[in-house]
Amino acid sequence: MIALTASAPAAVPWHDIWNILVLRGGHNATIVMIGSGLLGLAAGLVGAFALLRKRSLSADALSHATLPGLAGAFLIAQWAGIAPNGAILLFGAALAGLIAMWCVELMTHHTRLTEDAAIGMSLSVFFGAGIVLLTVIQRHGGAQGGLKGFIYGQAASMMSDEAMLTGGIALGIILVSFLLHKELALVAFDEAFARVGGWRVFFIDAMLLLLVTLVTVAGLRIVGAILIVAMLIIPPAAARLWTDRVSFLLVLSGLIGGLSAYVGVAISATVPHAPTGAVIVLSAGAVFFVSLLAAPRRGLLAITLHHISLHLKVSQDHALRRLLLAEHETVSQYKCVWWLFSMLRLRRLVRVHKGTPTLTPSGAARATRVARNHKLWTQYLISRAEIAPSHVDWSVDQVEHVLSPELIAELEYELARAEAPTS
Amino acid sequence: MSNAMHIFLSIDLMPLLAVTLALLACGLIGNFLVLRRQSMLGDAISHAVLPGLVIAFILSGTRAPLPMFIGAAIAGGVVAVLAELVRRLGRVEAGASLGTMFTIAFALGVLLLERATSGGGAARQVDLDADCVLHGLPETLTWDAPNTWGNVFTIASLETAPPQIAVLLGVFIVVAACIAIFFKELRIICFDPALATALGFKAGPAQLVIVALVATCTVASFEAVGSILVIAALICPAATARMLTDRLTTQIWLSAIIAINSAVLGYAAAGFLPGLLWDGYAVSAAGAITVVLGIVFTLSALFSPSQGIVARAIARQRLTSLIAVEDLLALLYRSEERGHLPISLSSAHQTLGGHRGTKAINRARRASQIDTTADRIALTASGQRDAAAIIRRHRLWESYLVDEAGIAADHTHDVAEVLEHTRDDAERPIAPVAGPGIDPHGKVIPKK
Repeated sequence: MIALTASAPAAVPWHDIWNILVLRGGHNATIVMIGSGLLGLAAGLVGAFALLRKRSLSADALSHATLPGLAGAFLIAQWAGIAPNGAILLFGAALAGLIAMWCVELMTHHTRLTEDAAIGMSLSVFFGAGIVLLTVIQRHGGAQGGLKGFIYGQAASMMSDEAMLTGGIALGIILVSFLLHKELALVAFDEAFARVGGWRVFFIDAMLLLLVTLVTVAGLRIVGAILIVAMLIIPPAAARLWTDRVSFLLVLSGLIGGLSAYVGVAISATVPHAPTGAVIVLSAGAVFFVSLLAAPRRGLLAITLHHISLHLKVSQDHALRRLLLAEHETVSQYKCVWWLFSMLRLRRLVRVHKGTPTLTPSGAARATRVARNHKLWTQYLISRAEIAPSHVDWSVDQVEHVLSPELIAELEYELARAEAPTS
Repeated sequence: MSNAMHIFLSIDLMPLLAVTLALLACGLIGNFLVLRRQSMLGDAISHAVLPGLVIAFILSGTRAPLPMFIGAAIAGGVVAVLAELVRRLGRVEAGASLGTMFTIAFALGVLLLERATSGGGAARQVDLDADCVLHGLPETLTWDAPNTWGNVFTIASLETAPPQIAVLLGVFIVVAACIAIFFKELRIICFDPALATALGFKAGPAQLVIVALVATCTVASFEAVGSILVIAALICPAATARMLTDRLTTQIWLSAIIAINSAVLGYAAAGFLPGLLWDGYAVSAAGAITVVLGIVFTLSALFSPSQGIVARAIARQRLTSLIAVEDLLALLYRSEERGHLPISLSSAHQTLGGHRGTKAINRARRASQIDTTADRIALTASGQRDAAAIIRRHRLWESYLVDEAGIAADHTHDVAEVLEHTRDDAERPIAPVAGPGIDPHGKVIPKK
C-alpha cells in the first residue's frame, strides 16, 4: 500500500515523456528511441510471419535459451581474459538460441513427443542451465549486473553505439523481410503448394528462423530475454484482429510493434522504477486490448453490436410477418415487445390506431418479402434438402433473415423448376 | 545426533523435501499435459501468476502462503479465460493467444513488482522479486531443527518447519488422489476424447480438472522452486517416461521415480559438484535440478531400448543390411533362373551399388548363403532356399496387385520390390493368391 501511494499518477513526468517522444531528449536518447522503434517494427514484421507460420511459441524457447548463451559467453570471455563486450555476449545468445531450436526440431522429428512438449522442455532446461551459470558468475564476484539488463531489458542505460547497432540490425531485418515477404507468406499459407511450385521450403523456414533469432538477440538489451517473445506475438495478434489481408497485417503489426517500443522506451526512461521490457510489452498489450474491443468485425464491440442488430432485425421481421398473417390484433397482445412496436412505428413500418397495429405500405412490402422468403425456404428445405416437415420451421426462422438476393433468385428458379411438372 | 546430521536437518532437509514434493506433484499431473499436447499451459500459468502474487502481497502486506496462493490462482484463472476468449475472437492459433496473455500478465507483474519494491517498499525486505519467482529459492527454506533425535519428531519442532512444506505435501496428496480416483476418465480423455464423449462423459469438465490441478501444482510449487523448474517438472519426467514405456500406468510410476531421483540428484549436484570442481560455493539448486531433468531426458531419448534414437538407428541399419542381402539373393536367383550362372562379382557389385554390395556379399558369405570362387558368386543350398522365399513373396505380391488391387501388370514390379521385404502380418493379403503358381509376368512362383 505504502509503495503504491508513493507512485501516485501526479508523479508521472508528462512533460519529460513528451520531450523524449518528439526527440528533444538529447543526442543519446534520440538514437536510443529511434533504434528501439526500428527494432519494434522489425519484431512486429517478423512476428507476423511467425504467427502465420504457427511458430510463435517456438520463439519462446529461443528467447529463454539466450540466457545460458549470455552467461556462458560471459564466463568463457572472462576465462580467456577478454573483456566480455556486447558483441561476444550477443553471439553467445544467438548460438544458444539456435541450439535450443535445433533441440526442439530434433525432439519433434526423432522422438514421439509433440512440439509443445519439446518447446517447453528446451525452454526450461536451457533457462535452468542459464540460472546455474548466473549463480556461478555471481559467486565468483563477476559483474552480474551487466547481464541483468539482458534478462529484463534496460534501454535507459544503452549507449548510442549500442542503439545504432540495434537499429542497424533492425533495418537489415526489415529489408530482408520486405524482400522475402512473398516467399514467407506463401510458405505460411500453403506449404504444400510452395513445395510443388519448386520453392525451397526448408530454406525459407531457415530464413524465418534466422530473422526471429536476430530480432530476439537485438532486442535482448531493450526488452529482455523473457519478454522479447511478447514483441513477436502481441503486435501480430493485435493486427490480426483488424484485417484478413497479409499486406495490411504486416504493415499494421510492424507499426504496432514500432510504436509500442518507441512509447515504452520513452516512458521507462523518464518514470523511475519502470523496467523497459515490461513497459514496452504493456504498451503493446494496451494496443492489443483496444483492438480486442474496437476492431471492426472481430472486436468485442462490433460482435456485440452485430448480435444486437441481428436480434432486432429478426424480431422486427417476426412481428411484421405476424401482422401480415393475423390482422386485427391489438398491441396489448404484443405486450412483451412494446419496444419493438415503438421502433417499427419510428421507422414508419407500422401505424397504431386505437391500439390496433396496421402495416403501412412500406411495412406491408417488407412483411410480404419476409413471408415470401419464409415460404421459399420452407419449400426448398422440404423438397430439396430432405428435412422432415416437422423440423422445418426451426431452421427457417434461423436463416430467412440472412438470405442474399442472389440466393433468393436461385431458390426461386429451382422451385419453379421443381413445381413445373405438378402445376 | 552428530553435528553433520544436525546441519543436514536444519539446512538441507526442508529444501530437499520441498523440491521433491514439488517435482512429484508436477511430474504426476504433467503426464496428462504431455499426452494431451498442452505442455505450454504450465509455462503460461507459471508466468501469469506473477501479477497475482504481487497484488496479493501489496494488499495483504505479508508473504504468507495463503494470500499468495489466492492471488496467484486468480491471476492464473483470469489469464486462462482471457486466452480462450482471444483464441475464439481473434481466430489466432491457441499458442499465440496464450502467448499474448501470459506475456502481458508477466510484464504487468514485473512492473508492479518494481514499483512495489521501489523507495524502500516492504517487498524488498521479504525478498520478493521477479528473480525469486523465476529461479525459486528452495535454499532459503531452512529449519530450526532440534539437535537431538528425540526432539525432532515432536509436534512443537515440526510446527517450526516452513509452511511451504505443508502446502506442497497437501497439493501432492490432492494430485495423487485425483489421479487415482479419476484414472479411467483421465486416461480416456487423453487417448480418445471422442470415445469419451460418445460414452457419455464430456471431455470438457475433465479437462477443467486437469487445468485446475496444473494451476494448483504450479502455484504451490513455484514459490519454493521457481517457475522455470515448475515448467521443467511438468514436462520432463512425463516426457522421459514416455520414451521408456507404452503403458500409461507404467509411465506414471516411472515419472514419479524420475522426479524423485532428479530432485535429489540435482540438489546434491548443486551443493557438492562446485566444491569438487572449483570451490565450495553452491549454485542454484532449482537450476541444477532443471539441468538434471534435461540430462535424464536426453539420455532416455538417446538410449531407450524401444524408443531411443540409438536403438532405432541400429534397428534401421539392421533392416537396411538385411534388405541389401535379400536383394543380392534375389538377383542371384533370377540370374540362375535365366541360365546366366554363374554371374561375376563385379556385376553383382554394380547392380547393388558399390559399398552396399560389398557389405551384402560379405554378410551373405558369412551366413553361408553364397559361395564365391575367384570372380564368381553362386547360391549355396541354404541360400537357394532363402532366395526362393523372397522371390515367392515378390511374385505373390505381384499376383495380388494385379488380381485384387487392379494394378496393371507392368506397374507392379516396383511396389513388389518394396513389399517383398515385409514379414509376418504383412503377408496375410497374399496368402490366398497362391493358387496358379504363375505370376502376371508368366514366371513360376517358387513353392514354399
